[in-house]
Amino acid sequence: MSNLTALPIILPLIAGIIMAFIHKKTTIVRKFSQVFTVVNLLVVGGIFLYVLQNGAIILETGDWAAPYGIILVGDLLSMTLVFTSNLVATACVFYAPKSLSKEQEAFYFYSFFFMLIAGVSGAFLTGDLFNLFVFFEVLLMASYGLIVLGNGKAQLRESIKYVLINLFSSMLFVTTIAFLYSVVGTVNMAQVAERVQEVEQQGILTTIAIMFFFVFATKAAVFPLYYWLPRPYISPNPVVSALFGALLTKVGIYSILRIFTLIFNQDVQLTHTLFIYLAALTMIFGVVGALSTNNIKLVVAYNIIPAVGFMLMGIGIFTEVSISGTIYYLVHDMIIKGVLFLLVGAVAYVAGTSDLRKMGGLIHHYPVLGWLFFIASLVLAGIPPFSGFIGKLLLLRGGLAEEEILIVIVGLVTSLLILFSMIRIFIRGFWGEKTEIPLPEREHKGKMMAWPIGLLLTFSVLLGVGAEWFYPSIESISKYLMDPQLYIDSVLKE
Amino acid sequence: MEIIMAILAGILFTTGIYNLLQKQLLRIVIGTGLISHGAHLFILTMGELKTGAPPILSEGVEKYTDPLPQALILTSIVISFGVTSLLLVLAYRTSKINGTDNMEQMRGTDYE
Repeated sequence: MSNLTALPIILPLIAGIIMAFIHKKTTIVRKFSQVFTVVNLLVVGGIFLYVLQNGAIILETGDWAAPYGIILVGDLLSMTLVFTSNLVATACVFYAPKSLSKEQEAFYFYSFFFMLIAGVSGAFLTGDLFNLFVFFEVLLMASYGLIVLGNGKAQLRESIKYVLINLFSSMLFVTTIAFLYSVVGTVNMAQVAERVQEVEQQGILTTIAIMFFFVFATKAAVFPLYYWLPRPYISPNPVVSALFGALLTKVGIYSILRIFTLIFNQDVQLTHTLFIYLAALTMIFGVVGALSTNNIKLVVAYNIIPAVGFMLMGIGIFTEVSISGTIYYLVHDMIIKGVLFLLVGAVAYVAGTSDLRKMGGLIHHYPVLGWLFFIASLVLAGIPPFSGFIGKLLLLRGGLAEEEILIVIVGLVTSLLILFSMIRIFIRGFWGEKTEIPLPEREHKGKMMAWPIGLLLTFSVLLGVGAEWFYPSIESISKYLMDPQLYIDSVLKE
Repeated sequence: MEIIMAILAGILFTTGIYNLLQKQLLRIVIGTGLISHGAHLFILTMGELKTGAPPILSEGVEKYTDPLPQALILTSIVISFGVTSLLLVLAYRTSKINGTDNMEQMRGTDYE
């Protein structure tokens, strides 16, 4: 059964290679991709249910016993995130034909798309630090391919900045792994976690921990390393933006969550307190960015940053409640960011502009898009009973229990400002006098775009309304994370 | 020996970062190349440098080299090779379409 863990990586990889060979036959590629992502989603869902019932499955590749070979660990946290990313990917693949031009589809969109999914799933599943770097590179390579798709002037200008910052942080990642290797002599996460406790000079470990945090914070866009994020994220096609916004920064946050609960939990006083301060600054700067612009795509891109702040806050507070808040928020944010990027893509497409000052009265022509946008804004801001509320409730409760009053206040104010930044788009873009339909030839396509978005949003609403069902498993993940010995024992089988 | 290698890696990092902070695109690409070389050298040094020791551990062998850093470097070199070639093409294309290779002039606030 342990071979199941490799499927979420191998299936998209195979699909991506097949697509590369038949990339010019657009219709076949499109249909095949749609069928394939649904099949993949079902397979991943099956594995997810299996893990939910039977506990983590661990694959030792090539049958090399745990600390020596590369291992894949499909525990409940990993599988939850893999399943969620596949959910977002499915919505994106159905949205793609309406949003991409024929040339973009023919020029390897679907290949890169599948490679990205394989990389993201791999990063979630791996139990080996160097392997984590390799999967980071896989997903980054695919994202480089996706971000230049379209070849526009501004797009190339922004993508080179994106490539450079990611390349630099990857090189730093390798260096940091080398540092850690010289101290503990292994790259297997479970064994690292075990040996870290025995190292005499704890100071050097704290230095390495901060270096790891720097690397992942660059990927996850934590203050002060978020400056590269908003512009490259809005320059490519909306589908690509949705994939990036939903998946890439979350991989960074997942890595912080994993490494700082499993390995570097020895100097909580220093590292995790630092997280709390950075989380507060991330929230403030992100939401100020979102309020500073009239470009609707940029508003949504800036809204990624405060969400990262919320998740980091949970890791910083470091109690069972706050960690479960982080996990809940992680799942919620992946789905809702996918929804929002796809939505603003559709809105900008039907309005013919992404400048808020030139829009108005869209709800008369596109009621479905308008209401979807309204609900999505409420979900993002955390209005009960939606999923954002549950995540924030857990985080703030964790904060209050630890008497971190300042971060709780910042969190509450940030939520309010997020709501303001989103509702501003709804009021200025959708309300107003009924005008001539801006671009009548785009009406049909624009209305078709609402389907995948609506389905994805349904899952998001379910996550909030059905919190009673999901909460027990989230709580068990958080218990599992707070006790690193469980992970170590399940991998090393002592 | 390790000290010399560590200093060398440090020099590579410094020159790499100096180049990374320049305005010209090609210099930036060279800077990333230097940084990745520094990182690779660094991994090698971290696995301890020994001459005349095989990477085999069996009974009776007292002196052996750790093979893992070498495997790691090999992977990392291949990846950075791929990324650098992609970066070169991307930099060429960007400078061609934008009509400049100066990062100062590539700020821009217009989006399609």
